[in-house]
Amino acid sequence: MSGTDLIKGYPKYLRESIQNVEKTRERRLKESFELMSLDERDELLKTFHPDYRKEGKRQVKFGPNKGDLMPHEVVDILEAHPLVDPNTIDLSPVDFDVSILIIGGGGGGMTAALWALYSGVNAEDILIVQKLRLMDSNSVMSQGGIQAADKTNDSPTMHYLDIIGGGHFTNNPELVRTLVMDAPLIIKWHEELGVMYDRVADGTMSTLSGGGASRKRMHSARDYTGMEIVRNLKDEILNKNLPVLEFTSAVELIMDEYDQVAGAVLYDMETHRYHVVRAKLTILATGGFGRLHIQGFQTTNHYGATGDGVALACHVGAKLKDLDSVQYHPTGAAYPEQIVGLLVTEKVRNLGAQPVNRNGDQFVYPLEPRDVEASAIIRECYERNKGIETPTGMRGVWLDSPMIEIIHGEGTISKLLPAMYRQNIRFDIDMTKDPILVFPTLHFQNGGIEMINDKTETSVSGLLACGEVTGGVHGKNRLMGNSILEYSVYGRRAGIFAAKRAQKVKLGKLSLDHVGRYKEMLKETGVKTTKKAPILLPEYRGEGVLSRALNLL
Amino acid sequence: MENSEKIMARVYIMGRDHLVPSGLTIMKAMEYVGYKFIRGAGCRGGFCGACATIYRMKNDYKLRVALACQETVKDGMFLAQIPFTPANKVIYDLDQLSPTVSVFLELYPEVAKCVSCNTCTKACPQDLEVMDYVQASLRGDFEKVAFLSFDCISCGLCAMRCPAEIAPHRIAELARRLYGKYIMPRAQHVEKRIKEIETGKYDEEVKKLMSIGLNELKKLYVEREIEK
Ligand SMILES: Cc1cc2nc3c(=O)[nH]c(=O)nc-3n(C[C@H](O)[C@H](O)[C@H](O)COP(=O)(O)OP(=O)(O)OC[C@H]3O[C@@H](n4cnc5c(N)ncnc54)[C@H](O)[C@@H]3O)c2cc1C
Ligand code: FES
Repeated sequence: MSGTDLIKGYPKYLRESIQNVEKTRERRLKESFELMSLDERDELLKTFHPDYRKEGKRQVKFGPNKGDLMPHEVVDILEAHPLVDPNTIDLSPVDFDVSILIIGGGGGGMTAALWALYSGVNAEDILIVQKLRLMDSNSVMSQGGIQAADKTNDSPTMHYLDIIGGGHFTNNPELVRTLVMDAPLIIKWHEELGVMYDRVADGTMSTLSGGGASRKRMHSARDYTGMEIVRNLKDEILNKNLPVLEFTSAVELIMDEYDQVAGAVLYDMETHRYHVVRAKLTILATGGFGRLHIQGFQTTNHYGATGDGVALACHVGAKLKDLDSVQYHPTGAAYPEQIVGLLVTEKVRNLGAQPVNRNGDQFVYPLEPRDVEASAIIRECYERNKGIETPTGMRGVWLDSPMIEIIHGEGTISKLLPAMYRQNIRFDIDMTKDPILVFPTLHFQNGGIEMINDKTETSVSGLLACGEVTGGVHGKNRLMGNSILEYSVYGRRAGIFAAKRAQKVKLGKLSLDHVGRYKEMLKETGVKTTKKAPILLPEYRGEGVLSRALNLL
Repeated sequence: MENSEKIMARVYIMGRDHLVPSGLTIMKAMEYVGYKFIRGAGCRGGFCGACATIYRMKNDYKLRVALACQETVKDGMFLAQIPFTPANKVIYDLDQLSPTVSVFLELYPEVAKCVSCNTCTKACPQDLEVMDYVQASLRGDFEKVAFLSFDCISCGLCAMRCPAEIAPHRIAELARRLYGKYIMPRAQHVEKRIKEIETGKYDEEVKKLMSIGLNELKKLYVEREIEK
């Protein structure tokens, strides 16, 4: 921000636009905007959704997904040189010999570890490796809630239909069925762990609606739902003495002579030493790729969301699915600059806040599926030119948050949306009184490593995967509240299946030959790049430093 | 929209002075001058507590706290990040505990040393009433501890500042888990639905949706009734 005077967080010209929003508020409180037809949705998506921009993508040149279109930033990872030179790694001796290796310590990884333990595997036969601190992940950031069809006016069938329709009928039906059928038992498990879901006095869950959902089935814990769930998981992991290596990243999967995944090479990011892990089963739970900033978008994702799992899986030849589709959350913060890209949870709209343009008019039903809602906002800003320009030149639309207090009573925001309130009031913006500016932000990896069945198997034996890193459950578009559910349902199933399977697995001689073959393949296809993958951490250092950097120590 | 000439702020990162564009968060300012975080950055959005920071303003004695990812740099800040807070975490089996007053004194006996000095509350970057919930734990008021502490992101700054060496966030965690597990009423409808699913109530319906043609499925989707 430059020296402009701010009045309650906003410069004067934005205050003027806010007056338009205030003028129409009373009218809009009674008005409801029409849902789009499927054809209208299609047309809007084709014209305005970033996924449909041809320039944003290119074809994969090799491997099981040869010919598939994916965003440049993802293909860059596939075409990158493996980060580690296999010749510098000595696979004997083995540093950790375990039954189950879990890569990633977010919600999916922690759930898998606990269920492997519940299924009879000893704690010391499990190893969790985590790039940052245990729990530093997208999982800790989720705000809005988790879906489960457990109310009397709802059913798993309705949940199924919502998911399939929301995913544009591209989801794997088996995976969706298991997701909806297991949902209530996940909620119960969370209750037993002590998760404090919002509820009324007799225990009935206070469930809310969500974009694309036909019933109010969003279970939340204020707007810290993810944090509340994973801190319970983390405390359990510590109480059960499950081994965790923090600040350590998986940099390559290891295979054995029978073409099974048989562990991983880990890299301690603080001491720079490597570890060799031999494991009967490896569960990839590395989460998403928001920090790749696809098409230059800002992101809601945590610092470690660099799509490492996709790179690791690719090097062993695993098949990927639906990676052409990316979820842009309709409402990322567009102002002030310090928080641009951070999430404004869908719960703000669930509670009644409408997106409106600079004239104070509605232009879209507030709870269309995410891709449709995001496209409508982009259209409002860039085709109809009815957006609002921020002091840094970004465009956005108003999200009329004060409506929440009018509809549900004063104090609702501080009670149900404390994180959102805090995020704004830190910059002197009071969302109970003033609307906030939003624009779509890169949010979720819809596709990923193909899960071929509901046991969380991938196309490569020995490799299981769960959570955001996978593809298949959500098809080409995920609905809100279904990814906490996804990592819970499939994290649990991965743990249970791995525990059972591990008893039968016989491992052969360990090798990294596949990495050499991958390098050969890059050469043969004529790929020219200086990039390396997995990326591990995004690069945000200033130009001034990078242009004069030396690596001497 | 307006002149974009950068206004710079002078900050002192672990004692060394740097000029950084004002308007950046502390985290982005540190990156601007060349730090690449391994520790000290997690969610980058105010949810994980990895970026706990202590600072002082030039010519002022007072120690202040911030989350590096959520606070804008100010001219004259002397900044240090806390890479790790060594607060004791007691290992327990939640199934073997019950929500009684004595549970805090048994697992975290140091809580009795609280002198109500309020330093913890002043050290909370989330502005929680930390001392109030520590006091509530001594009275065995689980509900109060659970709700007052709910927005805690476990950055550990309270524990680092407490003169009685209490780790308030650990006490809060124990209280919330016991409250959630043993005191909050359970949702009967969840239990009921699990039974219905186990006995196969929805198997046929879902199977049918899985087997009908795309056009029919689309029709069902479009015509489904939406709860308002
Ligand atoms: C701001 C925000 C809000 C959200 N809100 C909701 C919501 O309301 N409802 C909902 O259902 N979903 C929501 N989501 C989505 C949901 O939170 C995530 O999809 C989900 O938590 C992913 O869980 P995960 O375990 O698969 O991945 P993560 O939780 O991201 O965990 C992956 C972990 O793996 C680690 N890792 C990555 N690479 C490596 C490596 N090479 N070696 C070792 N470790 C590695 C990462 O550091 C990370 O800790 C939200 C997401 C964000 C970002
Ligand atoms: S990095 Fe998570 S709170 Fe700042």
